[in-house]
Amino acid sequence: MTDLHSLQLEDFHTALGAKFAPFAGYRMPIQYPLGVKGEHLHTRAAVGLFDVSHMGQLEVSGPGATEALERLVPAALQEMQPGQIRYSQLTLDNGGILDDLMLTRWGPEHWGLVVNGACKHADMAHLTDSLPVDVEMVYHEAQCLIAVQGPKARQMMSRLIPDAANLLFMRAIHCQYQGIEMVLSCCGYTGEDGYEISVPSAQAEQIAQLLTDQPECTWVGLGARNSLRLETGLCLYGSDLTTETTPVEADLVWSIQKRRRENGGFLGAEVIQKQLETGAVRKRVGIRPLDGRTPLRDHTILKTAAGEVVGEVTSGGFGPTHDGPVAMGYVSYHVSALGTELIAEVRGKHLDCAVCDPIFVQQRYVRTL
Amino acid sequence: MTVKYTREHEWIRIEGDIATVGITFYAQEQLGDVVFVDLPEADSSCDQGAEVAVVESVKAASDIYAPVTGTILEANQELAERPELVNQDPENDGWFFRMRLDDPSELDDLFDEAAYQAFIQEEL
Repeated sequence: MTDLHSLQLEDFHTALGAKFAPFAGYRMPIQYPLGVKGEHLHTRAAVGLFDVSHMGQLEVSGPGATEALERLVPAALQEMQPGQIRYSQLTLDNGGILDDLMLTRWGPEHWGLVVNGACKHADMAHLTDSLPVDVEMVYHEAQCLIAVQGPKARQMMSRLIPDAANLLFMRAIHCQYQGIEMVLSCCGYTGEDGYEISVPSAQAEQIAQLLTDQPECTWVGLGARNSLRLETGLCLYGSDLTTETTPVEADLVWSIQKRRRENGGFLGAEVIQKQLETGAVRKRVGIRPLDGRTPLRDHTILKTAAGEVVGEVTSGGFGPTHDGPVAMGYVSYHVSALGTELIAEVRGKHLDCAVCDPIFVQQRYVRTL
Repeated sequence: MTVKYTREHEWIRIEGDIATVGITFYAQEQLGDVVFVDLPEADSSCDQGAEVAVVESVKAASDIYAPVTGTILEANQELAERPELVNQDPENDGWFFRMRLDDPSELDDLFDEAAYQAFIQEEL
């Protein structure tokens, strides 16, 4: 077994009673004493705190940075305002996805990237290979990242950092708390309003303690982070997105702005543009069991009544807010219409299920005040 | 009445040739919140170690094994509606199924309570 990295705040989480498990090369808090279900429900009712410092925080800057990044992601970057964030994917020649990520524009040629922990080294190698020599990439390994998510996140954060009050979804600012420099981004991966706070390691514990002391907050592990994102239809890289799935198949066309759809100019554009024109052979959809009870786990095979294998669940489990099973997966295009009835093979038994919207619980982002 | 335990963290309460089976307090703690239980059919026979039921928590699905060879007599239908009973009262109301034992000598190889407690201390 390879050596696992420890989070900067590992001792802090241990003192809170966290259980740990390996994920993305780190010993990560999977749950705290409240438990997965309690943590999930608390996040939807008040505020959940997540240590996601395993994620890769990168900075890309230098002459031509914007144009160079546009060759690697299908999002339109040139039109973005300073402080604006966009979700996109690092695509490959085959149209597949190397990783999904958030890009924040700080200046005309200055970008912040947040990539998945499990992919960050491959992403950095890809960026290093692809970016021109004048464009510099810096890995901010010594920055921690704490997500603050939930319907009370805004009022809670506004007490501490007044600028948080007016920060809309997919916007970021540099700010300070008692002299501590941080980046506050209004985004996250729970479907709730909230923020991600990037803070230097040296001050991470002070910020973590400050947040812990707020009455609305509880710490949330990766277990509930997964059920929160799954309920709100958000993809997990490695399960729902891979080097073999395209953004079109993954139903992420909304993240490719019109100019990029029309003009291409990014890795895999030929494949992706052809799929936009003629349709993809398969599509990511939600799947719900008709009995309303049986959870469909990852890799459950989906068939038609005639027995033809037409897809597979890529993420599935139980949604505490939905109060029932939640799943997403890929199915052949001809059976991807909402309401199409399919059969899931669960432990050798046939379970009737139907194609549905993968958003089981509505996202509650704050886009206007 | 005798209570025995398995390495898979199941308890077996034996009354005559009838065994009631469930998972231990320790097991439910490890599983976390139980959200679904797939129960065995009555009148089905099973070998010791056969997968006869499934318990799903917010974290994962886990198999429940027949602790001894025999015939399933009934399953706790209450768990279909209230899977949380497995967390709330794992060793009483949260029972999974009852079975008739074919071979009581199979019980000899299972843990008694002291041995099971020692076993989970080793796991911790």
